Amino acid sequence: MTTNAAKLMKGNEAIAEAAIRAGCQAYFGYPITPQNEIPDYMAKWLPKAGGVFLQAESELAAINMVYGAAGAGSRVMTSSSSPGISLMQEGLSYIACAELPCVVINMVRSGPGLGGILPAQSDYFQAVKGGGHGDYKLLVLAPATVQEAVDITYASFQLAEKYRNPVMILGDGLLGQMMESVTLPKVESPPSPPDWATTGRQKGKPRIINSLYIEGDVMEKRNQHIFAKYAHMAEDEVRFEKYHTDGARLLVAAYGSTARIAKTAIDRARAEGIPVGLFRPISLYPFPNDALRKAAAEARVVLTLEMSMGQMVDDVRLSLEGRVPVVFYGRTGGVVPTPKEILKELHRVWENRA
Amino acid sequence: MRQVTAKPKALTNAPFHYCPGCTHGIIHRLLAETLDEFGLTENAIGIASVGCSVFAYDYFNCDMQQAAHGRAPAVATGIKRVRPQNFVFTYQGDGDLGSIGIGETIHAANRGENITIIFVNNAVYGMTGGQMAPTTLLGQKSSTTPTGRSIGEHGYPLPVSELLQALPGAAYVARTTVTSPSQIRITKRALAQAFQAQIQGRGLGLVEILSTCPVNWHMDPVEALTFINEEMVAQFPLGVFKDFDEEVARDGK
Repeated sequence: MTTNAAKLMKGNEAIAEAAIRAGCQAYFGYPITPQNEIPDYMAKWLPKAGGVFLQAESELAAINMVYGAAGAGSRVMTSSSSPGISLMQEGLSYIACAELPCVVINMVRSGPGLGGILPAQSDYFQAVKGGGHGDYKLLVLAPATVQEAVDITYASFQLAEKYRNPVMILGDGLLGQMMESVTLPKVESPPSPPDWATTGRQKGKPRIINSLYIEGDVMEKRNQHIFAKYAHMAEDEVRFEKYHTDGARLLVAAYGSTARIAKTAIDRARAEGIPVGLFRPISLYPFPNDALRKAAAEARVVLTLEMSMGQMVDDVRLSLEGRVPVVFYGRTGGVVPTPKEILKELHRVWENRA
Repeated sequence: MRQVTAKPKALTNAPFHYCPGCTHGIIHRLLAETLDEFGLTENAIGIASVGCSVFAYDYFNCDMQQAAHGRAPAVATGIKRVRPQNFVFTYQGDGDLGSIGIGETIHAANRGENITIIFVNNAVYGMTGGQMAPTTLLGQKSSTTPTGRSIGEHGYPLPVSELLQALPGAAYVARTTVTSPSQIRITKRALAQAFQAQIQGRGLGLVEILSTCPVNWHMDPVEALTFINEEMVAQFPLGVFKDFDEEVARDGK
């Protein structure tokens, strides 16, 4: 596989290949649709690249294998979809508190419950608000194209290591299943295990990977320490895309696949004379609060589009702090909105603006 | 004057928090001695579980990870798969291993993971205040079986060693106790053989050690030792259930 030639790849397989090229040393996972191409690809190619692939007996086991391998200084990842990610929440909480780096791919499907296997964005809250018990966050990145998924996956391992925190890549069935032309990054070697990793202490002092802090003031310090990292993330890791936001009087806020569909509708609406633009958060945590406020500076109304009953819209409202009316349109359950449907909604919102 | 005994190098200087009469301390020492004798203290990565032994990471003088309740075999699997050159052990109680973590236990054994599990069975949840464990004996009172465990309501005590014996990936499975000097020596030999299973790459080694909980059994330490010898052993017979080295198994019997 040459490095620079564009190649037609399915989203899930492109993500897996990007992870291998990023120097991922171990993958632990459990089958669930619509992300099965990731473990399938990893099973075939990761061992050839010198890494470890293991199909776990459950998502519970998979995320705890990730904990062990990350704690032993290995560059490690897992992937799953909504119900499986729910089962990983316990482990993610431990990993965040123990400050272990890892990458988690979440190809969101519809819910709640067993839900369906069609694309959805109804796990935004779970992804960005912590998800498991206790005060912690994941660094959450939401690509909208296969190329962006490749680039984000490739960068995510170093981000996880920089902050010693899990990074979640939030996609959906659309992104995982569609094929697009991608340019793949070069193969990177993983770093040596860091000093804190349990690799056998040799002549040194024992290293301890732990999330138990019995004394209240010590646990509080731990919380403050990990939140200081999140403040750092908010300074350095905010990512977003602006599309015709300058002078936009109607601003659409959407991420991932929905943002991509919205672009088509926005192009048509602009051709009809509606001054509409798109603000697309790429980092969902940290959320691009300031950038969104600036993009909405001239907006009369902000329309949040999601494939959910309305989750990111809460963060949009928190960012805008009541400066601009925020309305919501969503399809959910696996129903993907069409550009025509979104165009109709743009008309409705624009005509009813205050 | 000559020194005839010393604290194992594989133990730190942290004082144990265990209750008077609890046999975790003896088991810690046996494990530490075995780590020293195999020269593995500097190479080992241990996994502390959830329960009374949760602070094991403070006591063992080797690299340690603390695992979520029941997940120690999965954590151990993750470590051993990426670092096969390290000796990896877990230290788990009956609630952790036999109840919430029985799935991880069975699958780690069934995969033949080259890890060593020290399984401390005291038939009760000690840390949380004496609730029924999967290994609580029939008729035994606990805070959640105030009139005693009954088959109709709670089912049977879980025979972990007998279960794992059936799995081809389990290389060594033994049940011992530490209620007497001779039993302590037998336990030490079992630990050594469970270590060998990992060192030789034969698969999972597990030593189930029947242990006391005088506080939650509402007994004094001597009564607790007698309870193991008279009541627990009747439900959980001692012995080597599986040995990758059949000759050792035959000689042991």
